[in-house]
Amino acid sequence: MKKARTMKLSLPIEEYMNPGHLACQGCGATLAMRYVLKALGQKTVLCIPACCWSVIDGPFPYSCLDVPIFHCAFETAAASASGVKAGLEMVGDKETTVVAWAGDGGTFDIGIQALSGAAERNDNIIYVCYDNEAYMNTGIQRSSATPYGAWTTTTPVKHFKDQPKKDIVAIMAAHRIPYLATASVAYPEDLFRKMKKAKEIKGTRFFHIFAPCPTGWRSRPEDTIKLARLAVQTCYFPLFEVEWGEKYTINIKPKEKKPVVDYLRLQGRFSHLTEKEIELIQAGIDRQWHRLLRLASEREKLSVGGE
Amino acid sequence: MKKVIMGNHALSYGAMLARVQVISAYPITPQTQVVELLSEMCASKALEAQFIKVESEHSAMAALIGASLAGARTFTATSAHGLTLMHELLHWAAGGRLPIVMGNINRALAPGWNIWADQNDSLSQRDTGWMQFYCANNQEVLDSVIQAYKVAERLYIPAMIILDAFSLSHTYEVVDIPEQSQVDAYLPPFKPAFRLTPDEPHAFGGLTSPDYYFELRYKLQKAMENVPEIIEETGREYEKKFGRYLGAVEAYQVDDADLILVTSGTAGSTAKVAVDKLRKRGLKVGNLRIRLFRPFPFEIVRHYLRRAKKVAVVDRNISYGHHGIFYQETKSALYGFSSVPIFGFIAGLGGRDITPETFEEIIDYTFSHETPEAEIIWIGVKK
Repeated sequence: MKKARTMKLSLPIEEYMNPGHLACQGCGATLAMRYVLKALGQKTVLCIPACCWSVIDGPFPYSCLDVPIFHCAFETAAASASGVKAGLEMVGDKETTVVAWAGDGGTFDIGIQALSGAAERNDNIIYVCYDNEAYMNTGIQRSSATPYGAWTTTTPVKHFKDQPKKDIVAIMAAHRIPYLATASVAYPEDLFRKMKKAKEIKGTRFFHIFAPCPTGWRSRPEDTIKLARLAVQTCYFPLFEVEWGEKYTINIKPKEKKPVVDYLRLQGRFSHLTEKEIELIQAGIDRQWHRLLRLASEREKLSVGGE
Repeated sequence: MKKVIMGNHALSYGAMLARVQVISAYPITPQTQVVELLSEMCASKALEAQFIKVESEHSAMAALIGASLAGARTFTATSAHGLTLMHELLHWAAGGRLPIVMGNINRALAPGWNIWADQNDSLSQRDTGWMQFYCANNQEVLDSVIQAYKVAERLYIPAMIILDAFSLSHTYEVVDIPEQSQVDAYLPPFKPAFRLTPDEPHAFGGLTSPDYYFELRYKLQKAMENVPEIIEETGREYEKKFGRYLGAVEAYQVDDADLILVTSGTAGSTAKVAVDKLRKRGLKVGNLRIRLFRPFPFEIVRHYLRRAKKVAVVDRNISYGHHGIFYQETKSALYGFSSVPIFGFIAGLGGRDITPETFEEIIDYTFSHETPEAEIIWIGVKK
């Protein structure tokens, strides 16, 4: 006799996102929104500047989300969220979570001034950057989040991007905000847990969510989760938290670090890279990973020493 | 209560009496005293408001747009470069139909750096969909803030209260500061029809196709067209409560005037001194000071000017390659209604003084010429 099968959900069944959105197939940013809203729930307001999500949501008069959205100006996600939070509080709503939800261009580039301002003031908002590593909504132009070696329409193969990706997490950690975390659509439980944790913290909270983009990365839509997972397993995009700019905690430490070439070879945007260039990328990842281990272990040592 | 205060503080008191709930601002000379006093008011709880001390004017307006959308009454103040940095968001506020009220101290734009009076900063924003009020004294500054909220929140249009750098912003005058209870009776709390709240989720400002966008802008213009009437109504109500009428224009000695000056801002007060002096010489001169520039009160301007024999418009601004901007508007108001010669003068750019003598020169010129010798007559320029 067969045993009755039981299924245990690792995420709440409630959905705040409806079918009918306008995202491309395999869009990582769309998954990111779905998981984040599961963690934050109904009492949430989103401030979305110009980015893929200003389209994904759907055209007026439609919206695919069950929470209110303020579609704001490109460079204003953080300032808009600060204003919404203050406005809600002044009309008696102290409970609602206000989220700035921006892409990498709106965060790393045009929105960084407002973001830095809000973080320095420690305004009571959650800022989420979903990072697909280029201006995808305008048609794949390089941003300062585009990694070394990548092709985009403004960094053609003959002159691919030869600067490293801006370290936005280090910049935000330097603001000594109460909480920041990286997260990935390949690890929804980890993302969910950290977002839940962030929701209960007061002050500026920052999330850097890795969100593959098949359209811009020249990858297969069905590889989105695989790519996001490989990014973590290769330590290209480690998952960790930083509290008050000092307390680093690595959430997922791969037992065996996979070579970055496994990650790069699934994407057309890196197909032109030579072995030598890939070695350079690998060396950069190793350096960053060791830096992160040091930051995290120094804390462990410190806390041991304090006992 | 009567108090001797500077123009900038008249803005602060106006905001306090209007019980603004969210303030967001960035310092710029000559605006700083506005936000300094508001900071004190917030700190001492004389004003129950949140003050977001942002890192730029751009963020100041962005934060207010968010706060206004959430349903709060909002205020900021800026000047010159701060205002032009906000430009994108001025469109955002008006297009979003958010009744934000902002003080702007008229200051010249660089280069070279110049902190003195000049209207080009605010007039460069004339097509953003904001109401614009140009003030001539500190009392009017305070009163205008209160009236502006009333009009703005009724029509869902933001408003700019404008005062000249130093000649008003830093000039101390006696101002009657009304009782809070009286202001409360005039200006009810802000209760917008729609707002950003999880209780009733809407998406504001999303992707709007040509099928919808056109109508949204049509509605903004239709609301704008109602402004002069609402100004008249709320201005009369203000007069009943506070004894001071707040209209779209201030007409001085115009009824029998052969020559009517068209002025704005503090120059509009100075013009009255010149009018008095020249009337003693037997010259029939009057002054029409435009208080409401946007929307331009075409009918009212037409009503006063069409009887004059000559009109002299004095601009402390210029639209390069065209004329003074009040001159353009005045011509446009009279087109097809009157063939009165309109003289366009430009004076006082970058804070050069506009004195009663300036007006005497303008009046003498206008009386002694059949028609203007050029499209622009420059006063006091060193050629």
